[in-house]
Amino acid sequence: MKYGVATSSAAEALFSNPLRSLLTMLGIIIGVASVMVMMSIGEGAKAAIEKQISAVGTNVLTLQPGTMNRGGRNQGGGSGRPFNETDVAAVADLPFVESATGILSGQANAVSEEANWVTNIQGGTASFFEVNNWKVDEGRAFSEQEAQGGAAVVVVGKTAAKNLFPGGNIVGQRIRVNSVPVEVIGVLESKGQGGGGGMGPDRDDTLVGPLSMVRNRITGGNRWVSRHVSRIQILVQDGYDVAEAQEEVSTMMRDRRRIEPGQPDNFMVVNFADMIKQRAAVAETMSTLLAFTAAVSLIVGGVGVMNIMLVSVTERTREIGLRMAIGARGGDILLQFLFEAIALCTLGGVIGMAIGWLGVLGYAQLSQAPMVVSPIIVATALGAAASVGLIFGFFPARRAAQLDPIQALRYD
Amino acid sequence: MAATRPIISCRDLTRIYRMGDQEVRALDGVTLDIHEGEFVAIMGPSGSGKSSLMNLIGALDRPTSGEMWINGRALSEMNRDELADLRNETLGFVFQQFNLLPRQDAFQNVRLPLRYARKDVGDIDARARACLEMVGLGSRMDHRPMQLSGGQQQRVAIARALANRPRILLADEPTGALDSKTTVEIMQLMQDLNRQGITVVVITHEAEVASYAARQIHFLDGKVEADTAHPELKRARGG
Repeated sequence: MKYGVATSSAAEALFSNPLRSLLTMLGIIIGVASVMVMMSIGEGAKAAIEKQISAVGTNVLTLQPGTMNRGGRNQGGGSGRPFNETDVAAVADLPFVESATGILSGQANAVSEEANWVTNIQGGTASFFEVNNWKVDEGRAFSEQEAQGGAAVVVVGKTAAKNLFPGGNIVGQRIRVNSVPVEVIGVLESKGQGGGGGMGPDRDDTLVGPLSMVRNRITGGNRWVSRHVSRIQILVQDGYDVAEAQEEVSTMMRDRRRIEPGQPDNFMVVNFADMIKQRAAVAETMSTLLAFTAAVSLIVGGVGVMNIMLVSVTERTREIGLRMAIGARGGDILLQFLFEAIALCTLGGVIGMAIGWLGVLGYAQLSQAPMVVSPIIVATALGAAASVGLIFGFFPARRAAQLDPIQALRYD
Repeated sequence: MAATRPIISCRDLTRIYRMGDQEVRALDGVTLDIHEGEFVAIMGPSGSGKSSLMNLIGALDRPTSGEMWINGRALSEMNRDELADLRNETLGFVFQQFNLLPRQDAFQNVRLPLRYARKDVGDIDARARACLEMVGLGSRMDHRPMQLSGGQQQRVAIARALANRPRILLADEPTGALDSKTTVEIMQLMQDLNRQGITVVVITHEAEVASYAARQIHFLDGKVEADTAHPELKRARGG
């Protein structure tokens, strides 16, 4: 095969009629642009979900009060029987539990010397930071002794810190939370938005203090329950099956609460990472479907390219005959028209990618949704365009290659 | 002439075209030899079969029956690619309508057969330039066909035909689109090339053009009617 003469002839044909080339490429341009936007949205959603999962932790279970029926009416999540610290201890004793923390949360009215800020406060044990895989950025976390002693200290999330201390000097400052003076001993690293779907609550807008201090002095807790905690977070040991752990925590709690077989649970064991993953699977199916729809326009574009290539072969029948007369083999002619189709589609692909890129930027601006343009997306889009050229260019190119030299030469 | 071997040899060639349910016998049992170094004019009215013969000799078409050899090789034993290579290496074509690629300049047009060559042809650009100089267009290499006169375009076409140093130059009505002054120039050029050893076969219906050739073959109704190399043929036929 003579690649040189095939490529230069293809390039010449492409630029000899720029308007027609552009119109032919239009389908490919639109197809590649939309494939790229769709894949970017999908990748962006996937990246956001992965970030959320890593923020929640894949081996963390949350034990929450269940729903309760009163007078035949469901009272909603959290209305079920509350937990207390003996439940936390029982959970922590399970062999597969790395650590567990009870958490009591409530609203907090925080006042610093610089600002007021309404946020929430979470009381936890010293394990809180380990279970949540939440590191302290500045300063330090509270110790086990401080937690048990009910020290008046808090660690603040990034958002709360920013609002309470616009000046930036945070650690060591004193603030008043619901009128109780506490010392800020640390700032937590950012966790971003949680809860899945990309738009959950801001997990950084919080204060974290020792459980007993928060219950006794700040939120009060449930006064009918001694040593009340609103939920329990459990870190499952590495390598232990999380679904099985979920099952065993449930069995243990039913045992503790003497729930008869057949009766419903009055608590819930939730695996947030699992829930996010399920939502992610739905999102992924959706974006695959959209990318597939976009690919259809690539195919339509390919048919357009085939059509124009057939016209081009007919128009240039005499030229083909001449080339054959001076010694071009069928393969040389095939290659020339195949290259022309591939060049047409690849050029359309490049233009489509540029437009797709602008679309991605625009969409990201408008929706605030994260979008990712990875090299894989670029390669996929370009590869798809070139393959369309190869597939839809083959039939016209073969037709050109199989022309009878003498009939082609005499054609007019 | 008998000392050289025939470079083109046709035996009992028949070419039948089917047009609908009608059969047209364009060639009807043609047997002839052309030797290396000859300058042959093939003459005859339109429809006499001279163009059909040219297509067969040019390896562009296959006979319905009969056999032919070019440079000692039987064409019936060659496949499409081998025929393409034969056209590229051994034959040079000159057409009535020049058949130059309109978007390429003279130099690029002459380079084209060299780029399709499968054997090593050395410096393609230098060869193309030399061919254009040989036909007197050394100063117009970057002109496109539209910027050249008819005679100049035919010179470019001849340069293209010579690029691969063919053994045989086939010209189908090469002066059909040219005025009489240019016709003389082109035919003299062909004579020059013939003197350098290239076998030249020209198809024409003009006696003046044919007079440049040392041998004239007349066709009528798909048969050789007269051949100046074989005067006995006419006597035999004409009685």
